[in-house]
Amino acid sequence: MTTVAKLIDTTLCIGCKACEVACQEWNDQEFTLGTFDGTYQTMPDLAPNFWNLIKFNEFERDGQLSWLMSKYQCMHCADPGCLRACPAPGAIVQLKNGIVDFVHDNCIGCGYCITGCPFDVPRLSPVSKKVYKCSLCSDRTSVGMTPACIKTCPTSCLTFGARDELLRKAEIRAETLRADGDADAGIYNPEGVGGTNVIYVLREASAPQKYGLPKDPTIPWTLSLWKGPVKWLGSLVLAGGILGTFFHYIRFGPREYKDESDRPENPAV
Amino acid sequence: MDATLTRRDLAKRAALLTTAFGFDLRPAAAAARELKIARTTQTHSVCPYCAVGCSVVIHTIGDRSKNVKPAVVHIEGDPESPVSRGTLCPKGASLKEFVNSDRRLTEPLYRAPGESAWRRISWDEALNKMARRIKDTRDRGFETHDAQGRLVNRLTNTVLIGGCTDTNEVNFLLSKFRFGLGILPYENQSRL
Repeated sequence: MTTVAKLIDTTLCIGCKACEVACQEWNDQEFTLGTFDGTYQTMPDLAPNFWNLIKFNEFERDGQLSWLMSKYQCMHCADPGCLRACPAPGAIVQLKNGIVDFVHDNCIGCGYCITGCPFDVPRLSPVSKKVYKCSLCSDRTSVGMTPACIKTCPTSCLTFGARDELLRKAEIRAETLRADGDADAGIYNPEGVGGTNVIYVLREASAPQKYGLPKDPTIPWTLSLWKGPVKWLGSLVLAGGILGTFFHYIRFGPREYKDESDRPENPAV
Repeated sequence: MDATLTRRDLAKRAALLTTAFGFDLRPAAAAARELKIARTTQTHSVCPYCAVGCSVVIHTIGDRSKNVKPAVVHIEGDPESPVSRGTLCPKGASLKEFVNSDRRLTEPLYRAPGESAWRRISWDEALNKMARRIKDTRDRGFETHDAQGRLVNRLTNTVLIGGCTDTNEVNFLLSKFRFGLGILPYENQSRL
């Protein structure tokens, strides 16, 4: 099965937020009031019922206010930190086409995926005590439809398709931008997480922090420690303890008292 | 049956057989997210907001049986539209809320001059009221001849306003209506 991907050409985004609305509508999210903080952004941050946020990153360009648009959502990493951190079998699955999806029936709400995610995307719902994020519309893509946000995008800033093809397309687009004078234009597809299935074309690719994207996202090393060596070391210690007790009993048997005075007195009840 | 077939062999063969027929339960669990528009009726329509007039597809559940109340579960862009080619702006993308809103007007309301509250009236009453007012206005303002005595048969105290969601058929009827009454001024949504 081909790996699918979403390409976000941030230079084409006009900030209309149609993708936000399409996401909310398709996923039947309950209406919640946005927070007004003086920017054009719908909300300051993602929420358990808000999986796709268009960020209006304000900066100065030629002495004028300008925006670096970005689409804050699950990156669908090839090596997902959330999946590595998840202790519940089957709660986080990586589909054959590369989509990382949460199966909420299996989710135990521990929140480890939130700490495991290098992009700080999953959100724990205080109501259902489960964790939510973008599913790349796995229900739509499984029947050959494009995700809701991509279908609605009026400027074709968002495209969906085979990952290899989109990477080529992104490279061509970045080259065009560089030829047009944006020397720093490039692709955001961080290697620290094995590449992502959500690929960006950025105007300022050397400083993705300006877009609210981490520069070199990696899965925390503590995660591989406690999911790897610590886990089997712990099991080893546990098994050793049980085995030791068993052999001690076989070798020495139960404790014997010479007479009744030797026996410790029963503690007061 | 083969006499040498042991219970273990049978289990193995059964597992092989079911796997061959695709009875592996793992993919079933992976595809637990169901497509909510898998069994909907699709109705093509036009977005009611601005004058661009993007086409939309309305997904309705309910098979039009007598005892089934249909419900709009999803609305998205119509790829056949030459205007929008399947895309929608945030207002168009939120049309489901528009259709299902509990504040949506579904019957005519009337507020008489001097009254402060709106009152529900029937369609018949509303149409009669409108017809009466149009007729009265026309009787007051209809001009058969202009200042130079030329025959004009015109009505300039009434304006006809069209909208982007009107179909060709509706627009044909609107034009008939307009010229039938002699209305000269007309306006449409794309210029408002």
